[in-house]
Amino acid sequence: MFGYTGKILYVNLNTGKTKVESLSEEFCKKYIGGVGFATRLLYDNNKPRMDPYNPDNTLIFASGPVGGTLVPTGNKYSVASKSPLTGFIGDAISCSFWPRELKAAGYDALVIKGRADKPIYLFIDDDKVQLKDAKACWGKSPIETEELIREELGDAFVRVTAIGLAGEKLVRFACISNDSGRHNAGRTGLGAVMGSKNLKAVAVRGTKTIQVANLDELKQICYDLYEKAQGPATDKYRILGTPQNLLVFNRLGCLPTRNWQQATFEEAEKVSGEQMLENFVTNIPACAGCPIACEHVCLVKDGPYTGTQSPGSIDYETLYALGPNCGIGYFPAIIKAAVLCDHYGMDTISTGLAVSWAMECYENRLLTQTDTGGLELRFGNYEAYLQLIDRIAHREGIGDLLANGVKRASEQLGKGSEHFAMHIKGLELPGYDIRGLKTAALGFAVTARGGCHNRSGAYEFDIGGVVDRLKAEKDRGKLAMESEDYAAVFDSMVLCKFIRRCFKDFYAEAARLYTLVTGFKMEAGELRKAGERIINLKKAFNIREGWTRKDDRLPPRVMKDPIPDGIAKGSLVTPEEFDVMLDGYYEARGWANNGLLPKQKLYELGLDDIAEKMGV
Amino acid sequence: MKRKFIVCDPYKCVDCSICELACSAIKEGVFNPLLSRIHMVRIEPEISMSIACCLCQEPDCVKACPKKALTQDETGLIRVHTVGYKCDGCGCCIAACKWGAIALHPKEGVAMVCDLCEPNEPECVKACPKEALALATIVEVARESEKEETAKILKEVFKDSGNL
Repeated sequence: MFGYTGKILYVNLNTGKTKVESLSEEFCKKYIGGVGFATRLLYDNNKPRMDPYNPDNTLIFASGPVGGTLVPTGNKYSVASKSPLTGFIGDAISCSFWPRELKAAGYDALVIKGRADKPIYLFIDDDKVQLKDAKACWGKSPIETEELIREELGDAFVRVTAIGLAGEKLVRFACISNDSGRHNAGRTGLGAVMGSKNLKAVAVRGTKTIQVANLDELKQICYDLYEKAQGPATDKYRILGTPQNLLVFNRLGCLPTRNWQQATFEEAEKVSGEQMLENFVTNIPACAGCPIACEHVCLVKDGPYTGTQSPGSIDYETLYALGPNCGIGYFPAIIKAAVLCDHYGMDTISTGLAVSWAMECYENRLLTQTDTGGLELRFGNYEAYLQLIDRIAHREGIGDLLANGVKRASEQLGKGSEHFAMHIKGLELPGYDIRGLKTAALGFAVTARGGCHNRSGAYEFDIGGVVDRLKAEKDRGKLAMESEDYAAVFDSMVLCKFIRRCFKDFYAEAARLYTLVTGFKMEAGELRKAGERIINLKKAFNIREGWTRKDDRLPPRVMKDPIPDGIAKGSLVTPEEFDVMLDGYYEARGWANNGLLPKQKLYELGLDDIAEKMGV
Repeated sequence: MKRKFIVCDPYKCVDCSICELACSAIKEGVFNPLLSRIHMVRIEPEISMSIACCLCQEPDCVKACPKKALTQDETGLIRVHTVGYKCDGCGCCIAACKWGAIALHPKEGVAMVCDLCEPNEPECVKACPKEALALATIVEVARESEKEETAKILKEVFKDSGNL
């Protein structure tokens, strides 16, 4: 095959047995790769309604057709499993050398089942697949694990993706980190699934080549994209990076502050992207095959956290969740917290929201100093917050409660703390105050993996001024749908969304790239339909897990507490407004009003097997 | 001194390894960093640059070859011979090159050295998105860094005058 390696590797950790299956052209064209592959493989390999920590819960790694070629930002992979945080489909994306190495070893996807009886790591050395003892790495950070594995194998070029202590301790928002801990498949707690399988790491060494169908034309298009990627289309990512958002959002009154109590932060200037670039950024390297380069590596040069260096980029979501959201205006403490999360292998957004939820509980006396083990969890107290992050990773004391995510923690604590548990479907929210970004409110509420800005870019319509962001209308449903399908195609190719503005007509250009790489004929409309198919498939997975319309919800605070400050003051999304938008979304999707999938729609998307099982 | 070779500016290089893929594509028609004549060097977390053959004045690789299979032609390029005095892939040249610029072809088992894509423009230079790679002589490189350093010093000296 061109582009694809054409093979899927299955590994059973119970028995150590492996098998390799071939991909068909039909499968490739229908599901593209990345998230599309991972979703289909998960749907086919998982039994319904099992516990996410059941050994039979499948863990899937999938790269995309353009990975390993000159196509810019194509070296990404998707991880999927049933999420221990949401109970629905969990999928996360990471990037750089590891996915390229997986393809060089000869596999488009890796499907892992079972549980090893002791800690192990998987070593994929081209055709040779081994389970190796991971005793020495157990308890270590992803970076240390990579070093130990390279040392043991005597090969400095082995690429490793690994979990940290948090994954081992089944912290429900543990992540998976690759390439010296620089990149994370962050969200939905897939690191905990890896931990539950006693699988510390997947090390890969690949020596095979990747061929494309039309090298000359592909090269020309790629070189043009490289040039565009040095221009205004990517200025934001190359110069300040995503932290540029911080001051912009503060001005727009949509920067969630102190666990979403406010939408502006009085110390925003101190934790802005501008501050970061001037005082902390030491280097801005790129992922493998990326012409943009957005990784703002930070170093603390003075104060109590001198010498703290982030392994990878500090990005807006990390900055928001661990900064303003916890009332922290001291930049070095935020870097320190991010580095701790990287060390233990935890999602920085979920960690930040768990901490800020605990802080609000503490300030409202729902948690006392006895509960917190002596920590004075006031907003802004960064010393306490750093200790708390340690305790979450170790599941010590109050950390044990928070390690389950804010949904479970608030249900367990009760006393009205559910009101300010900022999550959708159990996934903690990213840094967009959706009370004043109503298209985003809908977009975040409906994504299959929960509150997420990567699976739905609906905020772009609000922030870009395409629509009146403070108004809720039925036709926002169509925008939310288009944004989701678009993201699904990006996540399946797999391309980085930071290059999106380099395309004039994304579907047509991406379809062309797909054809040049794989040799399979692909049209813009077909590719768009593949995106829609993948979203419907994710939905089908969730329905099989027991999803109902009430799971597409907003947190109580978003519907009850109006924004108290900034230019969006007074805004919130009422339940009536939300229902109007949700109806609009299901209608645009061609779904039933209760959100279930009509047979006709599923047949139209070529999901016949699912139509027969659950079509209404 | 007049020989041009592939020079990488470490301040511009972002370690994307696109040069490696472009090289393997032009030389072998496929994508595989192991088939590249230019090599990315990354020392976490801060140093990044790519290295290809520097066309040394007195190349150690040529001296080291026990089979006399490596020669330097009049333009300075290192030629690996596969007929007559034949490269058998022993790796002595790889060990001898202090730049780490030579590698072994994984399938053919012979040394691979950058030939500047002559007579065309080097593919890696064309591909590099950050313009970190250039075809230049050592004199040109030195002059560039000389200029930069002088500018820095002048800026420092006259920083209060407002003229710079």
